[in-house]
Amino acid sequence: MRSNQVAVVGAAETTELGVIPNVSQLQLHADAALNAIADAGLKLSDIDGFATAVETPQQVCHYLGIKPTWVDGTSVGGCSFMLHVRHAAAAIEAGLCKTVLITHAESGKSMIGKAPRSTAPDSLNGQFEAPYGVYGPPSMFPIPVLRFMKTYGITHEQLASVAVVQREWAAKNPRAMMKDPITVADVLNSRMIAYPFRLLQCCLVTDGGGALILTSADRAKDFPRKPVYIMGTGESVETPMVSQMETFNSSRAFKTAGPLAFKEAGIAHKDVDHLMIYDAFAHLPLFGLGDLGFMPHEETGQFIADGNTRPGGKLPLNTNGGGLSYMHSGMYGMYALQESVRQMRGIAPAQVAGAKISVCHGVGGMFAASGTIVFTNER
Amino acid sequence: MAEPQRARPKPTPETQHFWDGAKAGELRLQRCDACAHVYFPPRPFCPSCASRKVSIFKASGKGFLYSYVINQRPAAPGFTPPYAIAVVELAEGPRMMSNIIDCPQTPEALELDMKLEVAFEALDDKITLPVFRPAKG
Repeated sequence: MRSNQVAVVGAAETTELGVIPNVSQLQLHADAALNAIADAGLKLSDIDGFATAVETPQQVCHYLGIKPTWVDGTSVGGCSFMLHVRHAAAAIEAGLCKTVLITHAESGKSMIGKAPRSTAPDSLNGQFEAPYGVYGPPSMFPIPVLRFMKTYGITHEQLASVAVVQREWAAKNPRAMMKDPITVADVLNSRMIAYPFRLLQCCLVTDGGGALILTSADRAKDFPRKPVYIMGTGESVETPMVSQMETFNSSRAFKTAGPLAFKEAGIAHKDVDHLMIYDAFAHLPLFGLGDLGFMPHEETGQFIADGNTRPGGKLPLNTNGGGLSYMHSGMYGMYALQESVRQMRGIAPAQVAGAKISVCHGVGGMFAASGTIVFTNER
Repeated sequence: MAEPQRARPKPTPETQHFWDGAKAGELRLQRCDACAHVYFPPRPFCPSCASRKVSIFKASGKGFLYSYVINQRPAAPGFTPPYAIAVVELAEGPRMMSNIIDCPQTPEALELDMKLEVAFEALDDKITLPVFRPAKG
């Protein structure tokens, strides 16, 4: 795909984030969509392409009254929205549609109008993982961590520093769920969830949503907001079973999606002003920094512990506070994309001064899938 | 009220041999007759070269502890925390999720790379689950 031919012209989160017991999941989709439509200065009838995950496109389109000529229901977990951006950009370039709306919403905390997750006993996960006591992401996602730590010499303190640094970013963000400062000791003394991870190394569980609107770069200049261009994209999947990853020393999906996006954008790592790495759990930024090629995995823990990703550091990372401190409804990728767009528009609560290139890297499932988007505000 | 039960696997036609093997006290893997690739979970073709000519064989049951968590909360139905959810790398190459028995469920006792051997735990008269214990000697 060619760089900078498609742009984000509308972006918004739900009116509220956090605990929203009075709104169903489907209505959260609508709330985010209506906010994004207003942000772009459009009418619902202008939307001719639509993408969402978990909920079906027909469900959300009917609820909103959208009549699309292009839909994408790719649902590979929390990075589905990165894949939607990639697919939408390709569809717009191919002339299949002109204006795409992508929505995410999840009543992850209040569970209003949300089907509970279940694993069929005759699925491969149901046969070969569920009987051993996995029960939700905290029992599965950290399974690779001890191997990763041993291979690369990563310490518990370094993994705790991920949460500490992200709380520093969250403190600058009025919409962040958790804003009080924490220390490495606080993290290491928080309640044990699944050794080696404690409460403060696991993501929040909240309600919310977000929506994006994309159109061709040629049209984008006529919209009220500063266009944010899609410079590069990548995607991949590996396995739905964490136990069956090729290795616990990296993610094959990350190592495929990330470099694809960098190559398409034609950028080097030194060009990146702002970085989002989906942090459902504290090890993901370490996997991401290594798998995306910013540095050898061995150096990732010390890099974060040394403050390089904190406010004022040389590689601002997860500047909204991340899934650990900002919000995490279950499929966090949309919120990472929203923060990249805010940074490229220059309106983020913790704005990185002069940022021109933002890389937004997502994970789906337990390293099951990945999507990477490189954004820029210069064409 | 009955005690909440541990999740029971339900075999499919492609995995039945594995569960039949576990019930008979064998850990069964598959090997490709064309390229010799050994793989898991079960399927009637080779995920490496796509040959449909594959054979089922009894694995050695030996392996080592590749990684794990010690789950505290929330605990799965039928489990009392803390309990380790482990990934075992088998001598034949594939890895599988399992539990480690006859071993304290602590970071001190559960050393990465420790040698393990398979054991079998009958869940009911239909399903027996392969689990692992520290290897003797």
